[in-house]
Amino acid sequence: MEVPYTVKNRPDTGLYNAKIGIWLFLASEVMLFGALFSSYILLRVTAQEGEWPTELLNVPIGTVNTIVLILSSVTVVMAWASLKLNNFKKFKLYQGLTVVCALIFVLIKSYEYRDKFTHHDVVLTDGMRVDGHLVEETDEYIILSHPLEYPAEKGIGYRPTAIKLADEEAKAHGDGHHHAEDRKIMLADIEKRTTWGPWANTYFAIYFTLTGLHALHVIGGALVMAYFWGPGSRMWKKNPEQFANRIEVSGLFWHFVDLVWIFLFPILYLL
Amino acid sequence: MDSTEAKEHHDAGHGHDHHDPGFMRKYIFSTDHKIIGIQYGLTSLLFMLVGFFLIAVMRWSIAFPGEPLPVIGTILNTFMSGMTSPVLDPNTNELIGYAISNDLYNSFGAMHGTIMVFLAVVPLAFAAFGNYVVPLQIGAIDMAFPRLNMASYHLFLLGGLVMLGSFFIPGGPAQAGWTSYSPLATSIPTDGQLYWLIAMVMIITSSLLGAVNFIATIIQLRAPGMTWMRLPFFCWAQFVTAFLLLLAFPPLEVGALLQLMDRVAGTSFYLPTGLAITSMQDVSGGGSPLLYQHLFWFLGHPEVYVLILPAMGVVSEIIANNTRKPIWGYRSLVYSTLVLGFLSFIVWAHHMYLTGMGTKISTFFQTTTMIISIPSVIILTCLFISLWGGSIRFNTPMLFALAFLPMFGIGGLTGLPLGFNYSDIHLHDTYYVIGHFHYVVAPGTIFALIAGIYFWYPKMTGRYMSEFWGKVHFWCSFVFMNLTFQPMFAQGMAGMLRRMADGGAGYSVANNPDAIGGLADHLVKLNGNITFAAYALGLSQIPFIINLFYSIFKGKKAESDNPWQSTTLEWQTPTPPPHGNFTTPPKVYSGPYEYSVPGSAQDYIPQNQKA
Amino acid sequence: MSGHGPEEIKKAMKKYLMVFGILIVGTIVTVLASYIHFDSFALTVGLALLIATVKASFVALYFMHLIDERKSIYLVLGFTTFFFAGLMILTIWASGDKPLYSVMP
Repeated sequence: MEVPYTVKNRPDTGLYNAKIGIWLFLASEVMLFGALFSSYILLRVTAQEGEWPTELLNVPIGTVNTIVLILSSVTVVMAWASLKLNNFKKFKLYQGLTVVCALIFVLIKSYEYRDKFTHHDVVLTDGMRVDGHLVEETDEYIILSHPLEYPAEKGIGYRPTAIKLADEEAKAHGDGHHHAEDRKIMLADIEKRTTWGPWANTYFAIYFTLTGLHALHVIGGALVMAYFWGPGSRMWKKNPEQFANRIEVSGLFWHFVDLVWIFLFPILYLL
Repeated sequence: MDSTEAKEHHDAGHGHDHHDPGFMRKYIFSTDHKIIGIQYGLTSLLFMLVGFFLIAVMRWSIAFPGEPLPVIGTILNTFMSGMTSPVLDPNTNELIGYAISNDLYNSFGAMHGTIMVFLAVVPLAFAAFGNYVVPLQIGAIDMAFPRLNMASYHLFLLGGLVMLGSFFIPGGPAQAGWTSYSPLATSIPTDGQLYWLIAMVMIITSSLLGAVNFIATIIQLRAPGMTWMRLPFFCWAQFVTAFLLLLAFPPLEVGALLQLMDRVAGTSFYLPTGLAITSMQDVSGGGSPLLYQHLFWFLGHPEVYVLILPAMGVVSEIIANNTRKPIWGYRSLVYSTLVLGFLSFIVWAHHMYLTGMGTKISTFFQTTTMIISIPSVIILTCLFISLWGGSIRFNTPMLFALAFLPMFGIGGLTGLPLGFNYSDIHLHDTYYVIGHFHYVVAPGTIFALIAGIYFWYPKMTGRYMSEFWGKVHFWCSFVFMNLTFQPMFAQGMAGMLRRMADGGAGYSVANNPDAIGGLADHLVKLNGNITFAAYALGLSQIPFIINLFYSIFKGKKAESDNPWQSTTLEWQTPTPPPHGNFTTPPKVYSGPYEYSVPGSAQDYIPQNQKA
Repeated sequence: MSGHGPEEIKKAMKKYLMVFGILIVGTIVTVLASYIHFDSFALTVGLALLIATVKASFVALYFMHLIDERKSIYLVLGFTTFFFAGLMILTIWASGDKPLYSVMP
């Protein structure tokens, strides 16, 4: 005896079991990410004046990632439609593309993370604050490339203004964009030092947590879809309808992952 | 005719016909909802014992602060070294025994709450009873996702083992209360908090998957003819409970995740700028301790309705059956439960009245809290009125179910002064709160669940539990339950605070004769009464435990598959129900409580009986 | 759900590609809009969230087939949205509403 309505719809609800199951699960995921978004808003609204940074994330890279995920959403629904049209080869193609897009997203995200973890932020004893990429580190000094310098008391929220001022100064000298030279800082002159990780401030804390949890969902979803592309696709021969349902259900999860990113991108990168 | 009968028999018995799954598949890694229900039931009852042991130790410290705990103290010292306080004879300097240290008291307090709520009562009420009874009552062969069901149980077990394991690590288990507020929880240097957070994530995930299963099952797998308004009220209660778990748990998962990040990744989600403990903390600051409280109580409040709704469902089934008449106000019960579930999401900050919230938002939460008492009262009233004109059978399950009504009444009514923000200023964090919530959960929910165990036992085992020992269990538990928790209201109203390892001795008039507003002697003395009542309550459970196991072998055999002559579908199966539950797929023709229908041959009409 | 015959699926595939186009356009609009500086921060946030909501709606209605879906799914999502809004709004309100004589900022 098998549990009914795993493949065929139950007449009065019009649903098969896994479909209502996945929507219920997605409802709980809405609450999960919703709680994180609410935390983001609370932390930003209650942050001290000048302590909430903006324009720290690379918008072009984020845009590329957004487009990659949207593309993967299209390919996964095309994969399901291909199955409904009995075209198993097309399904393999689209499902494979989806997994590739997911991998690209994770790779780009890892690059972004590494970029932040190697970005150092020091407060000097003379009250100035310098941040930049770590080029070299010894027992006596560090060298930061593309450094930005501004008074520490202004807070990290001052950075966009500092960049604008530096650009204007560079234009006045006829240089175009400012590209300051590598800056060598003696360790003895450093009062406080951190890297741009979740420990640096609450903006980074919520950024890494939000994108990290999202990335875990991307990886999880990619694993499921890779399984259905590979060994799981054997079910197509035995029970094609149930297999199509599984692709639809896992596709729904994947679309949700895309949905979350559609909100994450403007909130974290643009606002 | 013969061949179809034979085929039906073959179908029903196919479980042990052509594949014997072996012990592991049948009892450990089973996907059958009945086995999983029993797994949850036994595991949660074990955790309840652990939770009780913890409070028994704590009550010793409250009533006899600083005094060595005989036998147990030495055992605790062996397994949790460093957390007990050696007590030396003042004259000879010899070791008399080991007393409870403040750290141990705090650990046990945090774990008592955590284990009782998340590992004992909720799994028993929702997962154990729900898994066993709901598929049977709706006429299904199993849950919608049996393998997911099995995964849920094992994840729950794993989380529980991690919680238990935290007792044996250096520094002991979590110490910051079952609520685990930051910054305290974040700054305690031992690892117990970490284990707590990891275990909570596992337990929450298990609950979420279980909730998905329940809702999908009730929506999709009702037998033909089982319309929504023909569902037994127990199924409605479980349905709403599942929604509460589904939508309210994720924010706590986020809360726990952020606290985990604070501990492990150095973030400052909950740590404010300028935080100094013994020295200025080397963190980025900028966080909000209140954020944690919002995330915690967003679950915390729906959680208490998770604790009570299944119990109300069990009580309804037992009352209908033992009054031989339908539950009064079935529709009111259903709509009240739906409204209750909905409102429970917007009352949470009544647990946060003392955090410095403004008057506007306090008033908002006070208003919604008052409104939510209305459906609760409607439910209780319907159950009370159901007794009117009934032919009441006073068997053991009915005694516990009847006692639930006034006990939950006391618990609910004592919640009202806590719901008003003005009176809560005086009562918050006092023993009044402890009295209130224990009345709702202990002689409330737990009595209902015990009633359920006595009630459904004949269906699970084919035998009754002993009526005599059941009545002994009932009367002793009822008396000692009230003796334990009733005095706490008086203590709380006089201002005695919670979570004091010395039972308030440090604030007592006896130790501070010149202070104003010290704790009066008679209130401190009540600690001893409460402790002894609690120990007697514990002893009262011994006949129950023996009864539970002994009756499997020696209990009076049930006369039929439906010994209580019940209308609902779980009684219209073989005993115990086989793999697949029903001999023939059931069709439903009538409502859930067709008792004493005028003109019918028997005083009950099973739901699957043609008119 | 509406019919799954080959013609309907082919029509649906055309719709999917159209939605893909709309989403790409929406992404570009979002990025370009972020370069416009409004005086009111509320307006900036409102516009960003509006565009995001429109994009999300297209994904939900067409890729996730919500537009064909049954009432029960809408009910679940409706309640979820309400509770999410409650969590967000009440938490922010709580942090802003202070008692009359508070020393907190």
